Amino acid sequence: MPEASVRAALMITCLGDMLFPDVGVAIVRLLRSLGVTVEFPPGQTCCGLPLFNSGYHAEAAGAARRLVEIFKDAPYVVVPSGSCAWMVKHEGPGLLKDTPLAGEARRLAERTYELSQFLVRVLGKTRFGSRLRGRVTYHDSCHLLRGLRESATPREILENLDGVELVELPGHDECCGFGGSFSVRLPEVSSAILEKKLTNVEATGASCVVACDAGCLMQMAGGLTRRKSQVRAVHLAELLEP
Amino acid sequence: MSEAELATPFRDRAGRALQDGFLQQALTIATTKFLELRREAFGEFPEGDALRDRARAIKEATLQRLDHYLEQLVDNVERLGGHVHFATTPDDARRIILDIAKRTGTRMAVKSKSMATEEIHLNEALEAAGVTPVETDLGEYIIQLAHERPSHIIAPAIHKTKGQVADLFARELNRPNVPADPEVLTAIARAELREKFLQADMGITGANFAVADAGTVVLVTNEGNGRMVTTLPRVHVAVMGVEKVVPSMTDLAVFLAILAKSATGQKLSVYTTLVRGPRKPEELEGPDEFHLVLLDNGRIAQLGGTLREALYCLRCGACLNVCPVYRSIGGHAYGYTYPGPIGILLTAMLNGAASVKDLAHASSLCGACADACPVRIDIPRMLIELRKEVDEKKIAPWSERVVFTLVAWLLRHPALFRLAAPLARVFQRPFARGGRIERLPLFFGEWTRTRDLPAVAARTFSERWAALEREGR
Repeated sequence: MPEASVRAALMITCLGDMLFPDVGVAIVRLLRSLGVTVEFPPGQTCCGLPLFNSGYHAEAAGAARRLVEIFKDAPYVVVPSGSCAWMVKHEGPGLLKDTPLAGEARRLAERTYELSQFLVRVLGKTRFGSRLRGRVTYHDSCHLLRGLRESATPREILENLDGVELVELPGHDECCGFGGSFSVRLPEVSSAILEKKLTNVEATGASCVVACDAGCLMQMAGGLTRRKSQVRAVHLAELLEP
Repeated sequence: MSEAELATPFRDRAGRALQDGFLQQALTIATTKFLELRREAFGEFPEGDALRDRARAIKEATLQRLDHYLEQLVDNVERLGGHVHFATTPDDARRIILDIAKRTGTRMAVKSKSMATEEIHLNEALEAAGVTPVETDLGEYIIQLAHERPSHIIAPAIHKTKGQVADLFARELNRPNVPADPEVLTAIARAELREKFLQADMGITGANFAVADAGTVVLVTNEGNGRMVTTLPRVHVAVMGVEKVVPSMTDLAVFLAILAKSATGQKLSVYTTLVRGPRKPEELEGPDEFHLVLLDNGRIAQLGGTLREALYCLRCGACLNVCPVYRSIGGHAYGYTYPGPIGILLTAMLNGAASVKDLAHASSLCGACADACPVRIDIPRMLIELRKEVDEKKIAPWSERVVFTLVAWLLRHPALFRLAAPLARVFQRPFARGGRIERLPLFFGEWTRTRDLPAVAARTFSERWAALEREGR
């Protein structure tokens, strides 16, 4: 057990709260088992990424301002989605740069971590018990890979899971076709991109495809169940035994 | 693309491309090959990353003193006996070239591949003036025969399979039963083109670079046709965007080291042609007249605009090859001269933000383009800026603006936001089975037509937190 003094706040995200609450629960139990005191500051809604990406920047700045206030007192902020973490770290400071909250936004950016990065880079933990046996594959979400430049931490965790074999996904760094509002503005194109991704996933022979982003998971899970696939799309946290 | 075709919404054009089996086959093969070759080329070239940074810095420094470098270029081209023309609009550029054609009695013009001449729709203008344009790059030759336009910046016929090319040659060149063999097809094109090179009065090229302090126009090609276009006809006209100027030969070397690797994965292209003015008295080959047409067409206005970085573009096409959207729909569906991620930015530059109100959203913002770009143009960021402009100028549909304004308002009011989950549970009740939703009405059907949607959970994380908090004590 690491030192019990680490205190972290969970940023659950809009999709995480409403669609994937089990992931949030798994994260809370996991972090507690590692000696982390987990807080869940009230009043959370969304990081504003959908607004930002669609060009509604004044509105996204409103969301960024709220986050700064909500997480003011948290020494660490843990986010289960690479895209939301990227929003806080990369775009929050820019959106608030000419406001009194500019310094606070930068401070929040520095304290915010995507889950796998928090586990490995802050807690120094790479070995976990596994809730699953067998072959898995990993999808690099675009914002975690190219936004936060992280490809190592999720793989380190997966490679060290007992009884789990990690196989590389062909085209692991290619988009799943989600892209937020892109998925419903151009659903045919989004789905065509998804089909290629899922064909690659199924070719690995893995029982599940792991990702660290709720958007990709929603897209891939939606496609997998629609094609009656045996493969499941799961969040990294769902595999880890607390 | 014609006005009528552009009247079809982008989404429908993309949808048709997705249904085109030949296109899908051709795209997958070609883009996969290009992107693998690019990856290998840079994998074996550890200096690549530093050179890309250097190239980007050169582009930025050059744009900061663009007037100076253009003046230098003009002086040097004229000193070498060439003529320089400045075209503000595509119409200016066409008029300049047609005037030269008329004065020199040009009846046939051979062309080396050039996106700048595509941009100004030069071939149509030449034909209307009684000048026969002949495309001599193999890909361009194919699409000219097919009466189409390029669908990729460096591989204009990328949308065609070899079988389709064989059928085209059989029909247009009267070669029945020609096999779908690239070597045979290339030999046929070569034989057809040889005559044209000898007959042509004018050679028309673009320019990959122009070196200011040397007055040299640089062409990067693979087929040798560029050399014949610049040496055999009496007149050579080169058309280039003003942003293509580079200060010196030392700078040129930086770009040459990364351009072909990014485009085709070659260390260098087969031919790098450096053109310095017309033939001098002591020289054996080259044209009697050399003209350089410098094209603005919206570029200069972007020196201080949101699309400034797009002026760094080398036209290598790497961003197209890695783009999941381009790889799914090909170039024609975009509807304008320049397709793919960079093409959306260039279209906005040339035609204004309103022209890309739909195209600005033709990206999942996955960032693969920015990573592949040899000069690291932040394409996703500029697509977001275009979306912002489309929204702020109220070009975006009012229904969309209302929805996003409402969402933004809801996000600022957590008490109301919390009601979203219980409301959704009521709304989804008729549709949800086993935690999944297979079909939803109205707008939501855009998702569920091809994908299931997870149902809003019976209890959200927020609703479970109180119990979780107790569990932790």
